Amino acid sequence: MNLHEYQARALLKAAGIPVPDGDVATTADEAETIAKRIGTGVVVKAQVHTGGRGKAGGVKLAKDAAEARHHAEAILGMAIKGLTVEKVLVVPASDIATESYVGIIVDRASQQPVMMVSPAGGVDIEEVAAQTPEKIFKLPIDPRFGLLPHQAMGLAFQLYDDLTQVRRAAVIMRQLYVAFLQAGASLIEINPLITTPDGEVIALDAKVVVDDNELERRPNLAQLRDTASEDPAEVEARDAGLSYIKLDGDVGCCVNGAGLAMATMDLVKYYGGEPANFLDIGGSSSPEKVVTALSIITRDSRVKSILFNIFGGITRCDDVANGIVTAAQQVSLGCPVVIRLTGTNEDIAVDILQQAGFEALTDMDEAVQQAVQLAREAA
Amino acid sequence: MSIFIDTNTKLVVQGITGRDGSFHTKQMMSYGTRVVAGVTPGKGGQRFEGTVPVFNTMAEAVAETGANASVVYVPSRFSADAVLEAADAGIDLVVCITEGVPVLEMTRALPYLRERGVRLIGPNCPGVISPGKSKVGIIPGQICREGSIGVVSRSGTLTYEIIHQLSQHGHGQTTCVGIGGDPLIGTNFIDCLEAFEADAETEAIVMIGEIGGTDEQQAAEYVQQQVSKPVVGFIAGQTAPPGRRMGHAGAIISGSSGTAEEKMAAFERAGIAVMKRPAEVVDLLQVRR
Repeated sequence: MNLHEYQARALLKAAGIPVPDGDVATTADEAETIAKRIGTGVVVKAQVHTGGRGKAGGVKLAKDAAEARHHAEAILGMAIKGLTVEKVLVVPASDIATESYVGIIVDRASQQPVMMVSPAGGVDIEEVAAQTPEKIFKLPIDPRFGLLPHQAMGLAFQLYDDLTQVRRAAVIMRQLYVAFLQAGASLIEINPLITTPDGEVIALDAKVVVDDNELERRPNLAQLRDTASEDPAEVEARDAGLSYIKLDGDVGCCVNGAGLAMATMDLVKYYGGEPANFLDIGGSSSPEKVVTALSIITRDSRVKSILFNIFGGITRCDDVANGIVTAAQQVSLGCPVVIRLTGTNEDIAVDILQQAGFEALTDMDEAVQQAVQLAREAA
Repeated sequence: MSIFIDTNTKLVVQGITGRDGSFHTKQMMSYGTRVVAGVTPGKGGQRFEGTVPVFNTMAEAVAETGANASVVYVPSRFSADAVLEAADAGIDLVVCITEGVPVLEMTRALPYLRERGVRLIGPNCPGVISPGKSKVGIIPGQICREGSIGVVSRSGTLTYEIIHQLSQHGHGQTTCVGIGGDPLIGTNFIDCLEAFEADAETEAIVMIGEIGGTDEQQAAEYVQQQVSKPVVGFIAGQTAPPGRRMGHAGAIISGSSGTAEEKMAAFERAGIAVMKRPAEVVDLLQVRR
């Protein structure tokens, strides 16, 4: 789960990291009030889950409160990469002497958290990694000891020459590691970490990605989820225990298991079709889950055929068959359905489907070819 | 022969009285797995299905039964600790089926296991089956056949699909290992390749990967340098959009690294025959063997 900048800032602040003054606003009035309180020039920043806010006109400098109001009016409600801006962050405009990068990710290869720092901050770290990899310094952190003081100092010396700034940055790095653990994050970054002309070290912008597996036991973080900024169908799917991602094609897919779901999409493409979605109904399916899945798929007007691919293990084929039959009674499918199922309780499932007038296939390739063909005929 | 589990495997089920634990324990027992004990704190003294003794702790279960392997079905918020409890009790092989274990907990658990010489398979995996000998986990026994193919996979149901193709066409398996879909797992492709290479009965290996991370690329390099047996590979997620998590936490592509194209190219460079679709596994094996 991605946090908004204003939420990430609050986490950093709670960990003791210096962040600029400022607050979040949902109306132009509120933005003006915050700017007035700050009293100096401010920056008005769109809060959306996407990069490239600046280029899209979602980050604007204002010399006073009146101009801040004007910018907030323009930014609130604008769409950035299809996402509507509902909140803006208003912060004082900072005098910047230098910009660095400090971040922590969980590294799959070393199976440890890794701290990365770079004196080339303020730009995408992926870009720095691609163009000037020598400017990135990495250190694996032993989770049993945390980031040790001398390790943080060593990294901070890669960023600054001035000892006071080095010490300040080292403290921030150790505070960042604590925030990383407390948030159950898979990524936390400060970009840029700036120095001001008078020598302060401040976290100007922050990004936090929380491991979804941590949310169950962190209700305070779970409630930070901004469902308004997500695709409503994906939110509905998640609430029902499904995993759904909308794509651009016309063959709706409903599969059990993420790997098989991806392989099914690939096979649709192999036979010349385009998948309309990724949809994993999960391991222990119930008829209700299948009903929800079908209602989500059929709401996508591009879908011209629906393909079920079920390999029963924990998932019982008869549960899926019952779900399909129930869903067909409740919602108008509006397009042909191709069903392939094999494995646990396959025989019962075939009976259920045949009585309701559905055909059941057992071969994956055959089913995918049929679904692709039906979508093509309907197009 | 087989890898990781065989007829000498004496299994403890952690979470044996839970919904999933009890269902799959019955399945494992009917397959022939030697389930010697179960553990559920507070239910010590009971007998599962009238036969399998249930203990409060792993330490008791191991002391009383001499178990050498465990399988974890406990809910995700307890499962990392359950894995470590098995390690402390002296278990050599722990298979964690549970999905949703926080990644940061795994960063702490994995070094603990490594220092104690404990093999963890998973988490978020379907487990291991050595057809005709033993099954630990949830892979449906009826789709497997005894034979000479080793199967290693990051997926669950996609693995079943490929095992099903193999069995239907007369290619039985020595062992099938589902290593799990999470970013941090105990046993990786290379560990399994090494074990299959050393196993006298395994004649060829099927490796099923997916988008995200670089495990498959490293495995390909290992195959090129260390594996003499024929290897056939598959990568799921060729049509996945970048930056999205496709169910498995591990299956996320960031930027240009971890794509299906990149992984398939690495396979081909290493001399691994790459399937374009799961049904090709049979033909490719016949050509290679």
